[in-house]
Amino acid sequence: MMISGIGVSPGIAIGKARVIKKQAVVLTGTLLLNDDEITIAIEKFDNAVAVSVTEVETMMASHDASQGSEGIEILEAHIELLGDPQIREDVVEKIQTERKNVNDAVIEVIQAAVEIFKSMDDDYMSARAVDIEDIGNRIIKNLNPVKEAIDQIDEAGIIIIAEDLAPSDTISMDITKVAGFATQIGGKTSHAAIIAKSRGIPAVVGCGVDLKSVQDGDNLILDGQSGSIIINPDKETLKDYETKRATWLKELNLLKSLKNTPAQTIDGKEIHLLANIADSAEMENALEFGAQGSGLFRTEFLFLGRNDFPSEDEQFEFYKAVALKAKGKPVTVRTLDIGGDKQLPYFNFPEEQNPFLGYRAIRLCLDRKDIFITQLKAILRASAFGKLKIMFPMIATVNEIRAAKEILKEAMQMLTDQGISFDKDIKIGIMIEIPSAAVIADLLAKEVDFFSIGTNDLTQYTLAVDRMNEKIKDLYDPFDPGVLRLIANVIEQGHKNNIEVGMCGELAGDPKATLLLLGMGLTEFSMSASSIPVIKSKIIKTSLTEAKKIYEYVRQMDNSKDITNYLQNKTQ
Amino acid sequence: MISRDYIITSAEGIHARPATALVKLTKNYKSVISIKKGDKRVKLNSLLNILSLAAKGGETISIIAEGEDETVAMEAIDQFFNEHLKDL
Repeated sequence: MMISGIGVSPGIAIGKARVIKKQAVVLTGTLLLNDDEITIAIEKFDNAVAVSVTEVETMMASHDASQGSEGIEILEAHIELLGDPQIREDVVEKIQTERKNVNDAVIEVIQAAVEIFKSMDDDYMSARAVDIEDIGNRIIKNLNPVKEAIDQIDEAGIIIIAEDLAPSDTISMDITKVAGFATQIGGKTSHAAIIAKSRGIPAVVGCGVDLKSVQDGDNLILDGQSGSIIINPDKETLKDYETKRATWLKELNLLKSLKNTPAQTIDGKEIHLLANIADSAEMENALEFGAQGSGLFRTEFLFLGRNDFPSEDEQFEFYKAVALKAKGKPVTVRTLDIGGDKQLPYFNFPEEQNPFLGYRAIRLCLDRKDIFITQLKAILRASAFGKLKIMFPMIATVNEIRAAKEILKEAMQMLTDQGISFDKDIKIGIMIEIPSAAVIADLLAKEVDFFSIGTNDLTQYTLAVDRMNEKIKDLYDPFDPGVLRLIANVIEQGHKNNIEVGMCGELAGDPKATLLLLGMGLTEFSMSASSIPVIKSKIIKTSLTEAKKIYEYVRQMDNSKDITNYLQNKTQ
Repeated sequence: MISRDYIITSAEGIHARPATALVKLTKNYKSVISIKKGDKRVKLNSLLNILSLAAKGGETISIIAEGEDETVAMEAIDQFFNEHLKDL
């Protein structure tokens, strides 16, 4: 039988089910009869809080440092919540004026607080309801003589099945023995999801009531990627998943071992590995893969799937979210790159014979200054919240970049006049994706702070090949000597003029190309986040001297087939 | 009475960790210190109240300190928002 939920922490877990049941918290409805009982009730509350604080302090003291700081911080917050003056005030109020018994008073106060948090539109905050519920349960438990102990885990490789997991549940568990989690309720930011992700334990949340059919001791397979749970699988399925699990563990180890490893060659050359992203969620995910920022933030995402251009404020919020998620790491924001194959339903593009050679990207933006300046102002405003750079796509001539810079200056002046803060030293760069730009890289370098080579379009334009055309698509090859010479020229001219040169096209994430590009002198590679560990593994195993030799050798070759074969051998 | 405005610079806003630190910090001073977002104002001694403000990254809040040691208290708050918050 199979159950589906939301996969929140990828990986495969195989093990026996351990079903955790919670003691029900119920209102009794009995009222206090006199002032003496009121005094006693308040004393009981204060005592229960004191015992609860001691319990949490004991848990903190026995907290293993190897379990990470996540747990300790949650416990510290719990101590504050237990002694929270607002909670006490509300409980005392219910006891004194409404004559509620202490048990009911606590339940009602906690319930009210939980409701407030659950109703917040912020996922993180609404997930904190669990913390409030948790300290409430702890106080109630200590008000009543019946002691409820969380199941002690005595065997390795178990899968925890619960309605939901409270922070104190996971802290008192021996996490090293837990192979996976599955909960009935919860979403991507629920406590169970956060803990599972931070520990790399596969987890599925939000499975619904179906999860109740799982019995203690059932054999389970849990897939934290697809969000599925298989109960008592047959031998074939089990074997299948054992293989999948082995592969996952291998990849996980590679990732883990590399995440904090600097991308440095054997001879000490530091290389920057960045991620191509489309929104703040991707930025956050990229950091998990060890990205040192984003070399290409495609802003089109916000413009698609809607009925009108997004307002300046809306764009500002979108860019700001990315800037904040990058936590001070650089993010290169590419201005609107629409037209060609990227159409907007609310913008009338003229019919064109050759859309790829037509009215698109910077050409459209320079023509429609209203659209352009709105975006530039939004990016500038967001630059106050992180380290943003601005990059213009499809630059073919020096005049285009000059015109774009003029409009940027205008946008800056408008913000200054409005008294809105932004990064006045924001770095400005261009995509090099048109052959003419690659050829005049020396001239363009004098106009900007950085170049980013877009290999997809550069290949297509250099070889004059439409890669969507089945008949000629074999001609599309970034390893063609014509394309490689252009790339090498851009890097060389960039360095001569002391500006940064990066690459954000597909070639940057192709392990075959890594050594060659290093040899050309490229120091910044931006790619899809999941490619970063693989590229990093190539960089840390090579030296710059070796890479230069490879480049020198490739320079002598006259066709892409030989070059690809040679690089393939060198990469293995 | 001293009042100052701050823009929350951390991505997650005032979530559990910085809020806990803020409550602990407040306990060192005799002044009554409160936090205000929009027209909602609560005392800084309650984690529950601070969290229920749901102050997010990029939003503006005000801190109000009133009492004999309000100047030193505000200095500590200043340091918290300008230096420590982004690391929490």
